[in-house]
Parts: sequence; C-alpha cells; structure tokens
Amino acid sequence: MTGAILQAIWSHWRRHPLQLATLLSGIALATALWSAVQAINTEARANYASATQQLAAGSLDRIIDPSGPMTLSQYRILRRAGWQVAAVREGRLAVAGGRINLLGVDLLSYPTLPAIAEASQVQGIAPVDALSAPGRLFARAPLAERLQATAGLPPVIASDQVPVGTVLTDIGTAGALLGEPEQISHVVVLSKQPKGIPPLDQIAPELRRISTQGDGGIASLTDSFHLNLTAFGLLSFAVGLFIVHGTVGLAFEQRRPMIRTLRALGTPMRTLRRLLVVELMILALIGGLVGLVLGLYIAGALLPDVAATLRGLYGAPVDGALTIRPVWVASGLGMALIGTAAASGQAFWKLARLPLLSTPGARAWSGQTQGSVARLAVAGLGLIGLGVIAVLLGDGLIAGFALLAGFLMGAALCLPFLLSHLLNLGGRTAGTALSEWVWADMKAQLPGLSLALMALLLAMAANIGVGTMVSSFRLTFTGWLDQRLTAELYVTARDDAQGAEIERWLGRHSDRVLPIRALEMEHESAPIFVYGVVDDQTYRQHWPLLTPAEGVWDRVVGGEAILINEQMARRNNLWPGDTVTLPPDLTYPIAGVYSDYGNPTAQAILSVDELARFGLPVPNTRFGVRLPSDKVATVAQELAASFDLPPDALIDQANLKARSMEIFDKTFVVTGALNILTLGVAGFAIFTSLLTLWTQRLPQLAPVWAMGITRRQLAGLELLRSVILAALTTALALPLGLMLAWVLLAVINVEAFGWRLPMFVFPVEWAKLGALAVLTALVAGLLPARRLLQVPPSDLLKVFAHER
Amino acid sequence: MLLSIENVDKAYPGGRPVLTGVSLQLDRGETLALTGDSGSGKSTLLNLVATLDHFDAGEITLDQTLYSGLDDAGRAALRRSQVALVFQAFNLIPSLTVAQNLSFHARLAGVLDPAWQETLAERLGLTELLDRMPEQVSGGQQQRVAIGRAMALKPPLLLADEPTGNLDEVASAAVMDLMLELVRDAGSALLLVTHSPAIAARADRQVHLSQGQIA
Amino acid sequence: MNVRMILLVLLMALPGVAGAQGFAGLGATADGFAVPKRGNLLNFPDDHGPHPSFRIEWWYVTANLTGTDGRDYGIQWTLFRSALRPFESDGWQSPQLWMGHAAVTSPEAHFFDERFARDGIGQAGVTAHPFEAWIDDWQMVGPDFDHLNLRASGSEFTYDLDLVATGPLVAHGDRGYSVKSAAGQASYYYSQPAYQVSGTLDLPNGPMPVTGWAWLDREWSSQPLSEDQTGWDWFSLTFDSGERLMAFRLRGETDLFTSGTWIAPDGQASPIGNGHVTATPTKWDEATGRQVPIAWDLQLPEKSIDIRIEALNPAAWMGTTFAYWEGPVQVSGSHQGKGYLEMTGYD
Repeated sequence: MTGAILQAIWSHWRRHPLQLATLLSGIALATALWSAVQAINTEARANYASATQQLAAGSLDRIIDPSGPMTLSQYRILRRAGWQVAAVREGRLAVAGGRINLLGVDLLSYPTLPAIAEASQVQGIAPVDALSAPGRLFARAPLAERLQATAGLPPVIASDQVPVGTVLTDIGTAGALLGEPEQISHVVVLSKQPKGIPPLDQIAPELRRISTQGDGGIASLTDSFHLNLTAFGLLSFAVGLFIVHGTVGLAFEQRRPMIRTLRALGTPMRTLRRLLVVELMILALIGGLVGLVLGLYIAGALLPDVAATLRGLYGAPVDGALTIRPVWVASGLGMALIGTAAASGQAFWKLARLPLLSTPGARAWSGQTQGSVARLAVAGLGLIGLGVIAVLLGDGLIAGFALLAGFLMGAALCLPFLLSHLLNLGGRTAGTALSEWVWADMKAQLPGLSLALMALLLAMAANIGVGTMVSSFRLTFTGWLDQRLTAELYVTARDDAQGAEIERWLGRHSDRVLPIRALEMEHESAPIFVYGVVDDQTYRQHWPLLTPAEGVWDRVVGGEAILINEQMARRNNLWPGDTVTLPPDLTYPIAGVYSDYGNPTAQAILSVDELARFGLPVPNTRFGVRLPSDKVATVAQELAASFDLPPDALIDQANLKARSMEIFDKTFVVTGALNILTLGVAGFAIFTSLLTLWTQRLPQLAPVWAMGITRRQLAGLELLRSVILAALTTALALPLGLMLAWVLLAVINVEAFGWRLPMFVFPVEWAKLGALAVLTALVAGLLPARRLLQVPPSDLLKVFAHER
Repeated sequence: MLLSIENVDKAYPGGRPVLTGVSLQLDRGETLALTGDSGSGKSTLLNLVATLDHFDAGEITLDQTLYSGLDDAGRAALRRSQVALVFQAFNLIPSLTVAQNLSFHARLAGVLDPAWQETLAERLGLTELLDRMPEQVSGGQQQRVAIGRAMALKPPLLLADEPTGNLDEVASAAVMDLMLELVRDAGSALLLVTHSPAIAARADRQVHLSQGQIA
Repeated sequence: MNVRMILLVLLMALPGVAGAQGFAGLGATADGFAVPKRGNLLNFPDDHGPHPSFRIEWWYVTANLTGTDGRDYGIQWTLFRSALRPFESDGWQSPQLWMGHAAVTSPEAHFFDERFARDGIGQAGVTAHPFEAWIDDWQMVGPDFDHLNLRASGSEFTYDLDLVATGPLVAHGDRGYSVKSAAGQASYYYSQPAYQVSGTLDLPNGPMPVTGWAWLDREWSSQPLSEDQTGWDWFSLTFDSGERLMAFRLRGETDLFTSGTWIAPDGQASPIGNGHVTATPTKWDEATGRQVPIAWDLQLPEKSIDIRIEALNPAAWMGTTFAYWEGPVQVSGSHQGKGYLEMTGYD
C-alpha cells in the first residue's frame, strides 16, 4: 500500500517540476546563506583558538623591560630565582617580496606548541633540527611556500597550527636571523610557578609584569562581529524559508484533492502524514546538501574579506582559507531540516483539519483575508513590543539584537496590512478603469505575494540599515583620521639613543617635531596606554574631542588633567568631571573624551612632563613630524638613509590614511555581499510567488483581455504591478532600515566596538537601493510577463469554457 | 448589414475541422440565436466573431472592418468598442466591486454614459448591490452585472454564450427578458449561443449549427 | 605527544620509548659521539663535571630521610644532560640540553617537578671545581664533591639539604666501566653512596627538619642500552650493617641482564657480574594507573642476601614529561635497611 501511496504523492512533483525546483532552491538558498556565515564564523574561531593555543597570548602575563629589549642576563636572573618564564624574540625579517613577522620562542620552555608537535609527528621533523643551527621555520602553507623559495633561510615547514601571518621558530634561530642573538623581546610568565619564588621587584626592579587583557579584549570584540554575521545569516535563512513556506503551502493545496481521494480509498490520515513528513525531510536533506555546497562557495569567496576585516579591525589573526568541519555540515543540514519543518508546519496543520468531503475550489477572495491581515498586523505589533521590552529590561548585545529581531519580524508581519491600505489609497487616485483595476488587482494578489514581499522588506531594511551604518562609520572615520593623523610623517627609532639623534636631525629638517611617548600600564586590571604630549597647535586644533570645552588643552599641557578615549569612557563610565587614578597613585581629573576608532584598548593623554612622574623609563622612539606635504618624500628618504631606518619605521600620513581606509572598506564588503545575496533571495521569492500564482492569474486576466486589452498590455501591467509592490515595500522598508541603522549605531556598536557613531543619512544610496529593489522585482516579474505575452488565446478561452 | 461571416473554416490544432464553410449575416439591431448540439462549433463561431480566436479561411466583416486585416492591437480595439460579451460563467473581475464591474468595459472604451449607467443599474436591480464584491452576490445577480457591463458600452454587437446556462429556470427567464429588452433599447444586435429551444425562440432569427456547418 | 616528549626521548634514550618510537639510531650507533672504553681511568675532580662529547650524562641523588616526626621521607634530585650534537657552543643554539627532575616522597604523598634548559645561556650547567650543578633555582653546590648543598622547588614543595660524604667514591664495573648488555653496551659509572644528610623539607603541611643518608650516582655514555632492552629496575640499598648494594636488572625482549656492586662498610667495592643477582617482583600495584611492581624478592647467594624490598609509597610515579617510577623502599629479610628503587618501561 505504501508504495502506491508514495507513487501518488510523488506524481505531484513529476507533474510540477518547477515547483519541486523552487522548493529545493528555497531550502538550498536558506541553507547556503546560513551555512556560509557559519563556515566563516567557525573558521575564524578556529583560527583564534589556534593562535591562543600557539602563543598563549590571551592567557599568560608578560614581563618586559620598559626601556627596551631584555637581555640574556635578565632572563638568567629570573630563571635562577625560580621564575618559570619563556623567552620570546619578535622581529621583522626582510625576505624577498616584503617583510615577515618572525616569532622566536624558547621551544624548550614555551607551553605546548602544536605546530612543532604536529610537524614532528606527521612530517617526521626531529626537534633536534628545530633547536640547533640552522633551525627550522614554521609557517602557514602559502607563506611557507614563499619562504621556501627564499635563499638564505633555514628550511621551512608548512603547518596549519601557526598563526596567520607569522613565522614561528626557535628563539635561537630567530636570534641568528634577526641579529643580536642575545636579545629577548619579552618573556611570558608560565602558569605553573614554584613555591616561594622572590617577588619581581626584589630580583629585577627594572622589569615590569604586564597582566593579560581582561574584559574588552579581542574575544568580546570578535564575538560581537560574529554575532553580527550570525544575525545576518539568520535573516538570510528566514528570507529563504519564505520561499519554502510558500511552495510547500501551494503543493499541499494542489494535492488536497488527491489526498482526499486517498483518504476516501481508506488510507489512514496518520500514514499519509507520516509519508508526507518523510517526503519533506528527504527534500530538505537534498536541498540542504545543495545548500552546503553553495554555502561553501559563498564562504570561500567571502572569507578573505572577513579575514582582512578581522585582522584590520581587531588585530585578530584569521586565515583566508577554508576547511570543511563536521560541525558545520551538521549545523547546515540541521538548519535545513528544522527550517523546512518550521516552514511547512502551517501546511500540515491545515492538512490535519482537512474535512473528508469538503468541495474543492470556491476559495473566497478578499473578505476572508482582510481579517487575517489584521490579525497578522496585531501579532507584528506584539513582536515589536516584545523587542522594546527586551531592550528596556535587558542590557548588552543580546537585548540589542532582540530589539532588532522584534522590529524586523514585527514589521514584516505588519506589511500586508500596511500594503493593503496603501493600495486602497492608490485605488482612490485611479482615474481610468484600467488603473482602478490594476490597484484592485494588486490588492487581490497581496495574500499570495505577501510572503515574498515580507522577504523583500527584510532584505531591503537590512540593506538600508547596514548601508547607513557602514557609510556613517566610514564618514565618521574619515573625519576622525583627518583630525587624528595631523603630522605629515611618523618616524619610529630603533632605541632611545637613535630617537634623540633623530629628534635633533628633524629639528633642522622639519617645521616641528612631536614626540609620541607612551607607557603601558594598568587601570582597573585592564591595560591602558598613556601618552605624553607636548603643547602644540596640532593637538589644539585637530584632536577629535567628543566633549570639546574651553581650556581643555591648557589643563592637559599644564599637567592638571587627563584626556581619555571613548572606549575607556564608555567601558568604565568615566566622563569629564570624574577622575582617573593610575598606578602607583597619581590621580587626574578628566578634561575630555576623544574618539579613537579601530582600537580596542583604553588610552589616555597626559602632558609629557606628567608622564615622567610615573618614575618609569619612557621610551622616546616615536615622532610625528610637521612639514610641508611636498617635502615629505624627500625628508623621509634622507631620514631613512641617514639613520639606516627600515621602511616600516617611516609612515607618511597619506599612505597611512589610504591603508586605514582600505581596511575599513574591506570591513563591510562582507556585509555588503550578504545584503546583495539576501536581496537576491528575496527577488527569487517574488519570482516563485509570481509563478505559483500564475494558474490563478488567468481567470482574472481573461475577462479583461476579452474586453479589449491586448496581451502585450496585460504583460506590461503584470510587470508594473510587480514593480509597484516592490516600490511600496521599499518605501516601507526605509523607516524600518533607518530604525535598524539606529539600533546598530547606538546600541549594537557601543556594545560591540565600544564607540557610538553619529548617524548620517544617505538619500542617494536609498534611491540606488530602491532602484535595485525595483530592478529585482522587474527581473522577477519578467518570466511570468513573458509567459503572459505568449499565452495562446486558446488557454485564455478555456476560462470561458462551459465545463468549469 | 452589421456582421457578415463568409465561408469561414476553422480546425482544431490537431486538424479536426470545427467549422466548415460557415456563412452568416446579421443586421443592425437584429437578434439571432445560434443553436446546435454540444461540440457543433457554435461557441467557436462566437469566439471568432469576438476576435478572441483566429479562423483558418474565409472572412468576417463587422461594420466594414475586415477581421483578416487586423493585428492584435486592432482586434483588441474592436473588442473594446464594438463587441461586448456575456459568458455562461459570468467572468466578472473578482477584485472590482459590482459598480466598478458595471462601468468597467464602457470606461475602457471611453464611452461611459452616467445616466445610462444609472438606468442600467436600476433596471437590472443592482442599485443596492453596487458596493459589494462579485463573490458576495448570487449567480443571477452576477449575470445581471455581466449583462450590465456589456450593455453599458451600448455595443453595436452583443455576443452571449449560454448566458443563462448556470442559472435556474426562473432566474434564467428573468435574465433573458432583461437582456433582450436592453439590447433593443440600445439598438444593439445580438448573437446568442444557446442549446435551449425556448430561449432560441425569443430571437428574431434562429440558425442551427450541426457538425460545423449551418443546417 | 608534545615537543618536550620527543625531546625527552632523545634525552633519555630509553629503549622502551625509543624502540616504540623508532629512534633506532640512538641505541645502535654513537654517530660522532665518544664511546666509553674499558681501561680508561676516572679522573677527579674533572670527571665530576660534564662530558659534552658523550650523548647522555646524569647527576642523580636519592636520599632516605627521617623527619623529626619520626616518619620516613625520600627525595630525588636529578640533572640530566643530553647532547643533540657532540660539541658545545654559546647562546640559544647550543646543542647541549639540560633536564632536571626533583621529588619528595612520604608514605602518603609524592610531589615532583621538572625543568628544562639549554646550555650556552647560563640557565643550567655543571662545573667540576668548585663543584656546582644547577638548573634554574635548583642546585647542588659545594666547595667540593664531599660537601654539597642540595636545593629544589616545585609548586608544592621545596627542600634545602646539606650533604657530607662519609666514605670514598665507588667505581662500578671494571674501575668505572659498567657493562649494560651482553652485546657490550657500556657507560662510565661511579657513585658516592654514603652522604650524611641534614636539612629541611618544605611541604604543604609546613617545614620538616630531616636527617638521613643520600646516594649520588654519576653516569655518562653515548649508547647506554642495547636495542632490544625495554626498561630497567635499579636498586640502591643501604643495610643497617653498613654494607651497601647497587643492583640493576635490564629487561630485554628475550633475556635479562643483571649487574651490580657490593660495597663494604669501608667503601670497598666488588663488582657483581651478569646472572648473580636475582630480583623477582612479588606484588604489583595499580595506584598510578599502570601495573608497577612495588615489592620484590632479591637474592645474592654469594653474600647470603635474601631480602624483601617494599615501596614506602606505591604511588611514587614520576609523572614528568617522560614518566617512570622512582621512590624510597624498605628492606627486610636476611638484611634490614632502606634504599631507592627506580623502574622504567612500565607505562
């Protein structure tokens, strides 16, 4: 029996291959976007994990010598006192095609190094080779290949365990390559220390221990970036499910007579339901698999940009390459199944309530739907209310996202109600019979199209919202860069002695020299960089203060007050009028707060004289140089030649700005691409809805055709209808998108990045987006319109045939 | 003469002939009933006259317009202003109100006569129903709307295909009465397809179609 | 398996692990390293210092101690030297590596820790005169080899002990040339088995003054074991009579190789050839998650030795990067006494 029933059920798809394709595409698209985002997230997280594991960077304290590199004798003193520390030597190494970050660690004492262990096990590399000359270099595959081709380097071993963009090696090898083999950059304090070791200030008072970053570190920042991506993934997923919902609903609707017949022939409802569930799950799995493959391609295309974003924005190390992980496949297929189940729930519910002997057809047109449209709108308002409650009661990112979700889904549910009223309004303006009909007909089509239009609404709102956020971000950032990077040239000296020489040299060759001197210290157990500045017009005129006031700079350069960056202000809730106490016990009133985008750590500014009062050696190796912009290149060249400075010791402002802008532009390529994809899915939803509505369209169009409207006109009107609905939806998406942008800028951003951005509006962008949406609708409507244009009269005549 | 059908042939796509050498004339204001069995080709002939379908050979002329010389737009224009149709299944536009349906064709043709429109609504007994949607009124009422929609145009030629086929006998008689009355008042000619001898008898003239030929 | 594990395999060149991991080169040939030769006489104090041309070397101290609480304690202090290549150089890339192991054992507890360092940067090393051996803050220093201060610290223990020699150095085998297999693998091996000890252990319960006896082993070689040997059982016993016995049993795949030294109360040593000592496990224990023999019967008929040897604490497992069992033992039977037992190749 089951075989016969299966055949009957399956025959539907054989007769409606397009419907089957639509259903599978819906599932596949939903799964693809979701799993692409997941793949990106998983990959990035795996990268952080490997970096953390590799370098224990996130968890172990460091000991540094504030006056410069550490010496071997300092290391020996620590060790002979019992301190369990691992020496690290970092540096930049010139190789063909650029400079690389060389990370030399004491392989004997550094906490487990997976790269080496893996190399030993998999590739049979003996550690003896890594420890003794010439040593071994470990790097990720692409970099490793480049290095292998470079003459004069030790053998290079490719390993996925090495952090991106880093070449790992033994400290001995690093010393041999970088020169000054006894130099140590810093030591890492290992987690297990022996009993009764003497305190640091008794054995080496000149050294300082730096605790690891607590809250506000890389983890929370990148987490929020991933939360952002996940939200977009879910949104895309929801958009895809609209397609599934629509198609499954239609398929069930069309199969009602068959199901009724099967039941009349004695098939138990339970058997039928079970078989239909199995059928759907199989389809979900097929669609899900296609989606996974698609998702892999999307992720592969986007990942390099994501990697660039994370590296640029947060300094988080992420590789641009993708690996397939089982958890990702499972999550993708799981979402396909769950999503399909959720999208078909309504259809099954209806099926269960299907009376055995109800007559087919006779579906009411508008009256019945008005009520349900209003009910949907009430539910939508409820969701919006829930979102607002979430943000009133809760705090943090999750509440922000709840508000977003509430608004987006709520607004989507209100869409049919709003559209139907807008269409009523439009109908009232109609002058001719034809336009009157077009408006009325659009309203009649609304129930069939509303799901697709909701999808479009969400896609558009996300597009406007994220676009506004991105552009606001960019605009603010550009302005900030202009204010912040005022010196034409930035120089970094090797050490204090060279710094002093450079300062003297620059005194003769430039307008003014601004020393950039900073101390890293702790504030509320988080690291803070405190800068010392000299009094200069540059700061007074340009420094980007969020809280400008009279005499701010007089107080700061007079040593009376401190400036802090926005991140610190928001994180610790410190504002002008409050005070900051820095170790050991110097307290300053806060004179102002300045914006400091792209930097996760706390920062403060004092006068350079105040900085000296901390009793710590303040390195004097960095300088901002003011000089006419046409002299920058010459001075930089002379400087490099006179002091034998490496290229990265000199940064000219224009270059730095360009580089910064590039990073920030890349940041949003990803969200931009996701938006376009989401819009594409929405377009596909419209397209499939129009196709499924096709059979219902002819009876409505045939009488109009019979009254003397050509098929060409009708086809044109079909397109127009699709465009008008899209345009109206876009119009409604605008306020929703702006609201989304506001939440992103004022709620999510503060949580995620630690800074709040002013919101700028970009009507031209909206116009472009609107045009894009209209174009999407136009493309979606093209095929149905073409079909209408070519429909044989005989098909239209069937509408009038007697036996209906 | 208003309508002239000369030697018209029409075959189904498969090649089976539907109409063979059909010739027929209709004067202005004349009513003609086209009778015949199911499948005799009477609806096909009506569709040809309505320009809804193409004939294979012969010629149809309506008020000196040769059908064979018309393109798609020309045929649509002819339907819009010269011919009005009443179908068995009423075929109202579901998304428009009764009032909008009533005036739709006339407004399409740009010949709306509000006084005539009002008269029609009154005489068809639709005054109370004007704001309703088609699905909210009975079958008989729907057909009266369809007749009103056609007659609002005061078309030279009204084509009706089994206009009372979906109605019971009482309603059917009333609807026929109204239609004939309005056709006469508007001075339109009527080509009426029916299988009912009683209804056919009310036309000025009857033509019987049998196996695609005039008997 | 992490990097240190692999290093350790190199460092210890222990057959059980080496065989399993396929580091066959270590057991078979000495590629470039010096090889012990019969008839080369030991030369002091120079030989207290390192021999970088040999692959492996150790300074190994064990002590049986009694606390003022009347309870028995044991300590271990070991410094291993392992050469990746047979030469010395300054700086991080020196091919000489150092590893330290330290432990304190009581009947209830066993604490241990380990240290790694390389030569050439001063973090670890040994000098012969004045004698100094150190790795990080662990040290064994003295004006000479007869007067030493011994210190070590782990996250749960520290100790600080003074050692004074009460007898002469003892050369094992043929005047210090100690054969380790029937195939002829050998090492240089001498001991100071009679240090009198006093000092303090610092344990989680607080400081504990202790006194007792320590035994120091010095051994260096380049191919200490033959390829098929899977582990060893090594005994250093001090009898109440003042006599001492060092005996070891190297477990091969097919046969055992036993050897030892009998030391009279005045320090006079007589070598014991292969097959004269029999040692049989009588009790196995799983306290440390693996089957380890913690009680032995040992016979040496020519000296009328027939004794039971029992571990003070069966859980004296050295869970260091490379793991083995090492702990104090009690002796009963024909002779009474105390000693240390080391067993490798049981994990």
